[in-house]
Amino acid sequence: MILSLSKDNIQVVREQDVVLLRNRVKEVAVKIKMGLVNQTKLITAASELLRNMLRYANGGSCLIEVVSKGRENGVRLTFTDKGPGIADLALAMKDGYSTGRSLGLGLPGAKRLVNEFDLKSKVGEGTTVMILKWANG
Amino acid sequence: MDKIPILRMGNFLLVTIQVDLYDRLALNLEADLVQMVSKTNARGVLIDISAVSIVDSFMGRIIGNIASMSKIMDAETVVVGMQPAVAITLIELGLPLKGVHTALNVERGMDLLKSMIGSTEEESEEEEEDDDSVAE
Repeated sequence: MILSLSKDNIQVVREQDVVLLRNRVKEVAVKIKMGLVNQTKLITAASELLRNMLRYANGGSCLIEVVSKGRENGVRLTFTDKGPGIADLALAMKDGYSTGRSLGLGLPGAKRLVNEFDLKSKVGEGTTVMILKWANG
Repeated sequence: MDKIPILRMGNFLLVTIQVDLYDRLALNLEADLVQMVSKTNARGVLIDISAVSIVDSFMGRIIGNIASMSKIMDAETVVVGMQPAVAITLIELGLPLKGVHTALNVERGMDLLKSMIGSTEEESEEEEEDDDSVAE
């Protein structure tokens, strides 16, 4: 059972918002005493997903939550956009695959950096990605 | 518009990234650096990322690009001062920064640049010395 302790929703529409959001995630991570390596992994994963959202969907929103399960605290980020959606989820999760001109590391890389990863997408409606990193995960 | 300063020191260009990079800023740096290499005939580029706490796949690609672009402009690139947490994250992300020279700190980075570029200069110096000895 995962409980949500605090919620903060941020709109992301410009590149500069990425820096702002990174700082907010950092603040929250520091508050629950997440170690530096885990902080860096979480923020890097967030950065990848934000970039995707900006590039493919012209922005969206990010929900930052502090969550707890038993004695563990963590940070959960939910990225929601109303972009074109992803047609083939399995292909999108493959290393080196990209419909843009990038390296194709964003989604699979972000998944490797966090403890929980959930990707939902409907073509024509949008994409939602949830990532969760435990403080000691 | 923010801009990252590029300092010239002899044959080298020094860049210290002190702010959080967003995409446009990183792309500008890439273009500025290549321009500067051409304008100043620099033989080496030293990029200090000790103040950078996040390097994602885009930033990693820019660093790789700068190194390859400098290389075909006949300049070597060394990236110095990467934070341990950033190194761990980059490898897990799947971005080993192949083809980019790295050094632990600025001092070692400078030594590395000098040794990479110096080798060609030393050869010409040695030739001169040989000429001297013949003259004697």
